[in-house]
Amino acid sequence: MKWMRWGGWLAALSFFPMIAVSAEKRERIVAIGGPVTEIVFALGRGSEVVAVDSSSVYPEAVTKLPQVGYQRSLSTEGVLSLRPTRIVASTEAGPPQVVAQLKASGIPYVEAPAQHSVEGARVKITVLAKALDREAEGRALCAELDRRMARVKALLGANLVRPKVLFVYARGAGTMNIAGADTAADAMIALAGGVNAVSGYDGYKPMTPEALAAAAPEVILIPNRGLESLGGVDGLFRQPGVSLTPAGRNRRIVALDDLLLLGFGPRLADAVEQLAGALHPALAERWVGEKTAGD
Amino acid sequence: MKSFFHGNGALPVSVALVLAIGLTSLSLGAVHMSLGQVGAILGQPLGIRLPVSYEAGDAALLWTIRMPRVLCGVFVGAGLALGGAVLQGLFRNPLADPTLIGVSSGAALSSVSCLVVGDAFLRRVSPDWNLFAVPLASFAGGFLLVSLVWRLSRQEGCTQVSTMLLAGIALNSLCGAGIGILTFVANDAQLRNITFWSLGSLGGMTWSMVGILGIFTLVPALYLLRQARALNVLLLGEAEAGHLGIDVESLKRRIVLSAALIVGVAVSFVGIIGFVGLVAPHLVRLWLGPDYRRLLPCAALIGAALIGAADLVARLVVVPAELPIGVVTALLGAPFFLWILRRERGGL
Repeated sequence: MKWMRWGGWLAALSFFPMIAVSAEKRERIVAIGGPVTEIVFALGRGSEVVAVDSSSVYPEAVTKLPQVGYQRSLSTEGVLSLRPTRIVASTEAGPPQVVAQLKASGIPYVEAPAQHSVEGARVKITVLAKALDREAEGRALCAELDRRMARVKALLGANLVRPKVLFVYARGAGTMNIAGADTAADAMIALAGGVNAVSGYDGYKPMTPEALAAAAPEVILIPNRGLESLGGVDGLFRQPGVSLTPAGRNRRIVALDDLLLLGFGPRLADAVEQLAGALHPALAERWVGEKTAGD
Repeated sequence: MKSFFHGNGALPVSVALVLAIGLTSLSLGAVHMSLGQVGAILGQPLGIRLPVSYEAGDAALLWTIRMPRVLCGVFVGAGLALGGAVLQGLFRNPLADPTLIGVSSGAALSSVSCLVVGDAFLRRVSPDWNLFAVPLASFAGGFLLVSLVWRLSRQEGCTQVSTMLLAGIALNSLCGAGIGILTFVANDAQLRNITFWSLGSLGGMTWSMVGILGIFTLVPALYLLRQARALNVLLLGEAEAGHLGIDVESLKRRIVLSAALIVGVAVSFVGIIGFVGLVAPHLVRLWLGPDYRRLLPCAALIGAALIGAADLVARLVVVPAELPIGVVTALLGAPFFLWILRRERGGL
């Protein structure tokens, strides 16, 4: 019988490395909110995500996962049917009753605050990194973000001309909403060295052609999906009032991916660099030079 | 000689329908459970042990999420249908439905204001109370508007039913304007909550909501069911009913009050679910005729069955997401109702 004991030890020893690896057991994560999903992937736990909400469209892999609906209109049973071992969600998730039920279900529920600032992105990353046991990766992401944001800031510091930028949120012709203060778009414009062409209200408001002309933006910023819904750049110029603005006359349109631009997630630095480059073409040349020299 | 189905059997048939839809709703959903498993889970606290295995998680899901949802659906459906039936009787108008006396739009306006204007305030209240703030506000708003409609239709101690109808319509559109303004002011998150509320949903129901809904549905329902005879007499006309010894004024007041209560509490918890209050009584009328003694209980049960079925569809078609139930009731209910109408009346 002795050989059996030895055999058992041997088996245990040979399995030991495997046990060490799988000690952190694979989870079934449901990720709700575009930036939240991005962060889970950036932290290296994307392979454990089993479902996302419809605002999660990056990275590519998530588009093949089951969807639990839009983040603000979730269904308790729908989320639970995926048998998650952990739910990570933006604080924008709703409706409140459903979020309350999910929290009461006993499945760990992690909430990442949705704030439109660099600090907000950092908090989002830190909170999720802690919950997902990837604190080192989280710190690295934050450090990288800080480094690149500081570089953009330094470059922009020299450039004093800040163009007036109008952010258009469009879903088909006739439904153009303009971002006022206290929006993700407003914060992005400021970070990329522009000024919002409109002020005086919070959130998004539909805009009349006259007010559009009066705002006189030098650049129009529009998310890709919005631009598509208007029928491309030409469609945007056909909208009443657009051709009367300096941006319309000089055809200065900047179109960026929706989630990249407004997510305030791990790709914030990418978004700010791209937008700053588009707003300050002269700067962009130095930029590219510096980037290739520096990296 | 009436057949069993059209005579005394109507009530048992309706009860059976509600039970069948209820059990199906308990077993179907994003998480799959067989009827046997549902039976085993339900039997367990009663000491009945069925030889079917199920997961502990499924039992918890059934008890804490699906069961309250199905029960709330039954109460809401019954309440809306009963409210619709008595108001159709009171107004002697087949187009009457619970929205007509203003209870829904009043509730909608005040809950939307609660969502938009009260948002900053609500954030400071503890989340447990937060969930009840909107229902409470909407209930109060619904009641306020009904009493306003009632006041406006009083003339020399008498309630003019036709004035009440018109006052209701006018105040409904006033509330619509108010909601329009609030929608304009609202931010993205608030807009989402408004849409969610105005299309109705049975998601997120808890046992405490079942309790409140149950009490506020059953008590006025029992009262309304006892008014069937009076409503039958009222079919002859108000003056005639008065001559036959019915205190028409008091009857009107009590019916409007009870209907407002029953519909107000339903709307405040699940939002606006259209069509059921209008259609369920008509379905039963086509089936059993206009006798309110049979119409009222069956309409309540058919209303419960309709909401149950609509919720089932809402939960199943886009799994694991969910459709708003108000969309389903109108999308499936309207064509179905038209079909019945054409068939039964042989063309209009």
